[in-house]
Order: sequence, then structure tokens, then C-alpha cells
Amino acid sequence: MRATEPTAKVYFLNYVALMVLLALTATLSRFPPGAWKTPVALLIAAAKLTLVFVFFMQLWYQRGLVRIFAATGFFWLAIIGTLTFVDYLSRGWLQ
Amino acid sequence: MGNTLLHPAPSHFSSREQHDSANHLGMWTFLSTEILFFGGVLACYSIYRWTYPQAFHVGSEHLEYWIGTLNTGILLTSSLFMALGDLAIKAGARRAVTWNLVATWLLGATFLGLKFYEYYLTAKEGHVPGSHFHFDGPLAPQVELFMFLYFATTGLHAMHMMFGLGAITWLLWLNHRGKLTAEHNAPVGMVALYWHFVDCVWIFLYPLLYLVS
Repeated sequence: MRATEPTAKVYFLNYVALMVLLALTATLSRFPPGAWKTPVALLIAAAKLTLVFVFFMQLWYQRGLVRIFAATGFFWLAIIGTLTFVDYLSRGWLQ
Repeated sequence: MGNTLLHPAPSHFSSREQHDSANHLGMWTFLSTEILFFGGVLACYSIYRWTYPQAFHVGSEHLEYWIGTLNTGILLTSSLFMALGDLAIKAGARRAVTWNLVATWLLGATFLGLKFYEYYLTAKEGHVPGSHFHFDGPLAPQVELFMFLYFATTGLHAMHMMFGLGAITWLLWLNHRGKLTAEHNAPVGMVALYWHFVDCVWIFLYPLLYLVS
């Protein structure tokens, strides 16, 4: 059965993981430029966001409905972002 | 969990768990609007970065990498103290709540202090967009656009931080008056959710502004 309440140990471990990810992304950014850098930096940011959402913001311990509400903002953002870029990325023929 | 059985929830909730869940649901509803709010600003950023990638590299080189990195660490640490403060009030440990909230507040204030120091450095170099903007090079107008996005995103984030500091001050006042208890812990939990969310916004601003070059 899943734990129903977070503990100080969970919070400390989460903090250590976040700081490791920060050290990783800060170090990788010092490497010579490359096409991989931005996607990797954003992937690490997404991993940090997930850790904060799941443990610090306690989504791990909440029921499904609360988790769906937390995901809703991103769902709408994905729709709006996709449609915006469908427009911008398809304007090449205008130039 | 011990207090769950001892203290009844308000009468329109069937249990303390349901009361707590409703609080989280309401706060996440508000945070969804915040995700869309910052998402709109980041969409604007994405469009212009896609259009002028070179200028964003050049602009990013003129930000203080070390302040950005240090500030990310400071915010993550403040989130740890906020989370521990939330645990402390659920255990009814009022003194521990005070210390954790004071630590969170001081780290948040340090973040803002460093942020404003960086604004000062940017202003000294003449990189504040507007009539006094000065930049040597062919990409000056596009770099000005990057600096505008830099000030808009970090400025909006700093405003959220200031509101968060105000909310923590309010919690400290409530705790000082003895209004926060193990059974009446929701104010701490809800401010904590807000604080962690503002932390998350910075987690994305950091690579998008400081790690481009």
C-alpha cells in the first residue's frame, strides 16, 4: 500500500536528488555548444519539476482527481503551444 | 495521522482526509491557471527564440551565470524548509514551524536580493530595453528583444516571490498568535503549494535564460 503522508526523509532525499540534477545541468551547460544542449537542459528541468510536483507538492499522496487537476494546466498548454507552432512553423513559404 | 481521528472535519466534509483533499484540489485549480499564465509568456519566448536563435545565444552570454545557478540552489533549499515547515505544523510543533518558515523567508529574500543585484549589473551595462538600451553588434535589436523577455519573465517571477514572502509573513503572524495547530494546518499547506510552484517556474526559467550559450 502506498504511504499516505510524506516524511522528512522523503523530503531530504528529494532535495538531494534536485541538487544533483542542478549540478548536472549547470556542468553540462559549460560544454561546447551543440544541438543536444537545449533539449537535455529542458529534460533535466522537466525531471526537477516532476520531483517537486510529486513529493514537495504531495501529488504522490493525493487521490486521482487532484492529480488530474494538476495535469490539466499542462494539457491545455500543450494544445495552445502546438496550435501556435503549427502556425509559426508553417510560414516558411511566405519568405 | 494521529490527529485525524481526534479532531473532526467541518460538518460538510465526511472526513479530515476529504477536507484536506478538497483544499489541494482548490489550490491545484488555481495553479492550473498559473501554468497557463506562465505558459503564455514562455510561448512568446519560444517563438522569438525560434526566429532569432543567434541573438538569444548572444543575449544569454551577458547574464550572470553564477547568480542564476546559485539562485536555483537557494530556491530549491527554500522549498525543502517550506516542506519541513508543513510537516512540523501537522505534528503540532509550532516552534519548528517558525524556524522553518523564517529559513524559507530568508532564502527567498536572498534570492530576490541577488536577482536585483543582477538587474543592477545589467542596467550598468546598458542592457535594459528601452530608449537607453545600448549593445554593440549587428544583432542589437534582437538582443534587446531577448532582454525584454528576460525582464518580463524574471520580473513576473520576482513579483510572485514577493507575494510568497508576504504569505509566509502572514503564516508567521498566525503562528505567533497561536492560530496554527495540528488540526488547523491548511494555511501552511496551501502557501507551501504556492511556494513550490513558484520554485518550479524558476526551474524552467534557469535553463531558458542562463543556459542558452
